[in-house]
Amino acid sequence: MEGKTRNSGDLWSGLALAALGAYIVVQASRWDYLTPEGPGAGFFPLWYGIAIVALSAVLVVSNLRQRSSLRVTIAWDRVGRALSTWLALALSVALFKPLGFLISFALVTYFVVAVMYRRPLKIAALVATAIAAGFYLVFPFALGLALPVGVLGF
Amino acid sequence: MEIITGLANGFAVALEPANLFWCFVGVFLGTVVGILPGLGPPATVAMLLPLTFNMNPAGAIIMMAGIYYGAKYGGSTTSILLNVPGESASVVTCLDGYQMARKGRAGAALGIAAIASFVAGTVGVLGLMLVAPPLAKFALSFSSPEYFGLMALGLAMVVLLAGRSMVKALLAALVGLWIGSAGTDLFTTTSRFTFGQMELLSGIDFVVVAIGIFALGEVLSNIESREEAQLLPAPKGLKNLLPTVQDLKDCRFAFFNGSVLGFLVGVLPGAGSTIASFLSYGVEKAVSRRPEQFGTGVIEGVAAPEGANNSETGGALVPLLTLGIPGSGTTAILLAALVLWGFKPGPLFIPENPALFWGLVASMYIGNVMLLVLNLPLVPLFAQVLKTPAYILYPLILGVSMVGVFSVSGSTFDLALLMAFGLLGYLMRKLDYPSAPLILSLALGAGMERALRQSLMMSEGSVSILVSRPMSAVMLSLAVLVLMIPLFGRFNAWRLRALEQ
Repeated sequence: MEGKTRNSGDLWSGLALAALGAYIVVQASRWDYLTPEGPGAGFFPLWYGIAIVALSAVLVVSNLRQRSSLRVTIAWDRVGRALSTWLALALSVALFKPLGFLISFALVTYFVVAVMYRRPLKIAALVATAIAAGFYLVFPFALGLALPVGVLGF
Repeated sequence: MEIITGLANGFAVALEPANLFWCFVGVFLGTVVGILPGLGPPATVAMLLPLTFNMNPAGAIIMMAGIYYGAKYGGSTTSILLNVPGESASVVTCLDGYQMARKGRAGAALGIAAIASFVAGTVGVLGLMLVAPPLAKFALSFSSPEYFGLMALGLAMVVLLAGRSMVKALLAALVGLWIGSAGTDLFTTTSRFTFGQMELLSGIDFVVVAIGIFALGEVLSNIESREEAQLLPAPKGLKNLLPTVQDLKDCRFAFFNGSVLGFLVGVLPGAGSTIASFLSYGVEKAVSRRPEQFGTGVIEGVAAPEGANNSETGGALVPLLTLGIPGSGTTAILLAALVLWGFKPGPLFIPENPALFWGLVASMYIGNVMLLVLNLPLVPLFAQVLKTPAYILYPLILGVSMVGVFSVSGSTFDLALLMAFGLLGYLMRKLDYPSAPLILSLALGAGMERALRQSLMMSEGSVSILVSRPMSAVMLSLAVLVLMIPLFGRFNAWRLRALEQ
């Protein structure tokens, strides 16, 4: 089990970055490298793309060559809490069009309080309503800033 | 004479009621942000930046700078009472500050932190005032090759000191360059990395990336655990916060050491206030008659780092305002803020905007006085901020981040990008990729590419222009040397030891 989690972050992030670097190099090679006026649109990206590929290769190779006892471990069990919050947040952004900012944000706040921090549902509802109302009073009402509006008109 | 006239005009600007108000708002928010562990100055400055677009630029920059240096004052409170630094620059204050609090001397520790911050913060502003104008005049002789060299050196320094792995720091910087390249190339009107999205033709907004990486990334990282730290009681009453005459005598050299070292380190790109505070603590310990007592609750061990991290602010504004080169995540966001308000930080910034520059300098003198007044008698009140439950604080930060991004463009596409960069910021923390190089290269990327391409146009394609001009040759050589440090065992061991500490 431990062997599976060891430093897999460095390895996978290195591979992802190598893929990104390769994509940048391929894209940059389609644009002008040099024009009669000087360096073209592909000049700068080509070089940093190559650098990304080279450095991520260094990261991957040094990771593979590392003795397993020296490798950094990541507490993946804690990642779940953060990713759940991120997913809830991303979902709330997707719901801005039908529900508007205030309702969507109240829902995500409710989720954080009730699920992430395991507070009683009444407290969660109270905090979610109070924060959404506070946002309405400060931003659209007092500062005149527009927030995403849903089908209900707010 | 020029400086005195400038400063007098600056005070006229800073003392306008509206600017005084924004200065107060900035230092107050900065103190609160500094006190709250898990919410740093870059996240706050990034979050609030969009809300300043409709403000008078003078008021806006005064407020943003107030948050920046105010956070340094506030950071000491949690270090002393909680043994948890409110922000990275206050890490070293924990060593002696918390021990003093445990011995019942929290008041003296908080008091000396505020006084040292005030003294050194004021010296830092003095340094900014004296060094910035002549440096700006000198930088007028810089052309594209020198700017490219300077930006490369700044980025190399940030990479050197950003984290244990220079490979990861370099990769973060290169990803920042890539994000900065997205959009239409202004030289050739070619669309680059737009993935067929119309919204990306004008590039990715710096604010979206900064808020995503710093604010969202920080909240997601903090939300991983539900642990609450144990707060020691804050002393009540001004009398209990004043250090004794002996304390002040013991701290005489610490005030000087913190002020001078902090400013000098601030001027260097990449070093930042954390390094400044550690260096001044080390120097203080080295010259002390009782070095063995450091770490057990010695008052100089609080005064020196607190002074240094405040003086550093003045130093950090020197390259930002005179060369347009930021040295840290927060100053990179301040650079973006100045550009968004329509200014061009660089050698011409002071001659073209004397009221803004001198107004900012004068406001920093005023802000330091405000902070001293706020931080001495009101510490018990600020300590109450620490009792804000995380389940209220984090949704508030997430909400302000989203409102901030939406207020810039009114586009839900930018909100989707914010989510993506929030996830990136979290993963970077998790996988130990430093975020400062990414933000800095994003801020400098367009300028760096422009400077390089203009240099090559000047030389008709010959890269020798970068090394044939003395200034750019020196700066590029230094940048290469800095990046080669991991190859020299002894230097790299020193670097790793400093970062580990």
